[in-house]
Amino acid sequence: MKHITFQLNGSARSVWVGPNETLLDVLRGKLGIKTPKEGCGRGDCGACTVLLDGKAVRSCLILAVEVEGQSVTTLEGVGQKGPTALQKAFIENNVFQCGFCAPGVILAASALLAENPKPSEAEVREALAGNLCRCTGYEPIVKTVLAVAKKTARQSTSRRVRS
Amino acid sequence: MSIAHEFDYVKARTIKEALQLLAQPGAVPLAGGTDLVAWLRDGAVSPACLVDIKALRELRGLRVQKGQLWIGANTTFAEIIESPLVQKHAPLLMEAAGMVASVGIRNRATIGGNICSAVPCCDSGPPLLVYDASVHVATARGVRKIPMKKWFLGPRHTALAKGGLVAGFSLPIGKHAGAFAKLKRYRGEDLAQASVAVRVAAGGEWRVAYGSVAPRPLRGPKVERLLKGVKSPDDALLTKAAALAESEIAPITDIRSSAIYRRLMVGVMVKRAIQMAAARLGGQGAAYGVHVLEEAGS
Repeated sequence: MKHITFQLNGSARSVWVGPNETLLDVLRGKLGIKTPKEGCGRGDCGACTVLLDGKAVRSCLILAVEVEGQSVTTLEGVGQKGPTALQKAFIENNVFQCGFCAPGVILAASALLAENPKPSEAEVREALAGNLCRCTGYEPIVKTVLAVAKKTARQSTSRRVRS
Repeated sequence: MSIAHEFDYVKARTIKEALQLLAQPGAVPLAGGTDLVAWLRDGAVSPACLVDIKALRELRGLRVQKGQLWIGANTTFAEIIESPLVQKHAPLLMEAAGMVASVGIRNRATIGGNICSAVPCCDSGPPLLVYDASVHVATARGVRKIPMKKWFLGPRHTALAKGGLVAGFSLPIGKHAGAFAKLKRYRGEDLAQASVAVRVAAGGEWRVAYGSVAPRPLRGPKVERLLKGVKSPDDALLTKAAALAESEIAPITDIRSSAIYRRLMVGVMVKRAIQMAAARLGGQGAAYGVHVLEEAGS
């Protein structure tokens, strides 16, 4: 067993892990973090998406020992101060059905908007291409991400004009 | 427990330490892990020890030195796509990197890992082949350079000897244009059913490589000879090129595609990639990073 310490949703966490435990196993089984899901277990579906130092990655393909000293964000960390504008819009538009893909989609879309606040539709589709959803046909998800980006851009422009 | 096999894990701090660890029986390097951890989960590999090489400074970095573009083995596909140096000196590699799996994989998967996994459909194989890249292998006795042409020996089998560690790649630089075409079952992430990389330099020096249509990524010498000295191939030449391309590959039928579909599509893909590369060489054609199969020939 190895003792690792890393930032989880803004707080330092320490845990004993075996080298063969994936980050997903440890988050769900040892740290009570249940939003990352195991879908395919081989990096194709994106249900296990977490942010590692701000970048969307597959927690099913990362060993827990690898994240020593790094920062991991899950959906639990995104909604700490209440739902974000993106989450609110997803709820308002009733974007998800079963919700299994939702944590991964929200994290992947949040990482995209943080890096690229004004993405094109093609960029949104590419950023979410690795997050499979079997309910929605993706259209409401893509439309909502674009609408939130547009609204945020408008708000930041009007704030700049006022100041 | 999603990985049944037990192994040790060590994070190497220096190349020397990594090479000592990798000399041990059953030790394998771990970079992004997007192949290795999936193989561990499948039980397809059973190493005694994983040597994490992500902290090695020598395996990082993108720079131009001595007329060559150096790409550290630990460079992720996301970093390759974003690098102005790759966009300038190896745009074909950028175009291919943008087609690798999904953002979540590209943020983690490294070019060194892709080349060492050596699956026949690897997306970086054909571009590195047409760039005549060299693989720099660190060993206990110093660095050994292996030309890409001699790197792939078969599915998941490379010229890397036990104990060696891929440090990075050097690509000769010079004015050129290129195109990478990847055939997938659907838009979005998928492994290649077939891929074609084409590079052309002023004066009509053409290089062609194929992926996913033979036991390993391979160059297309017949098409290269046919096109030698030609700046913008006409329809008759393109038709010949397609026929030659179909004759110099050895596709198989598997879960992603039938052999005959692969063979016939490679003909189409070679035509379109050649057209796109010729257009780009003339300052026209779509910007790099597009889906060449959707842009060219339409």
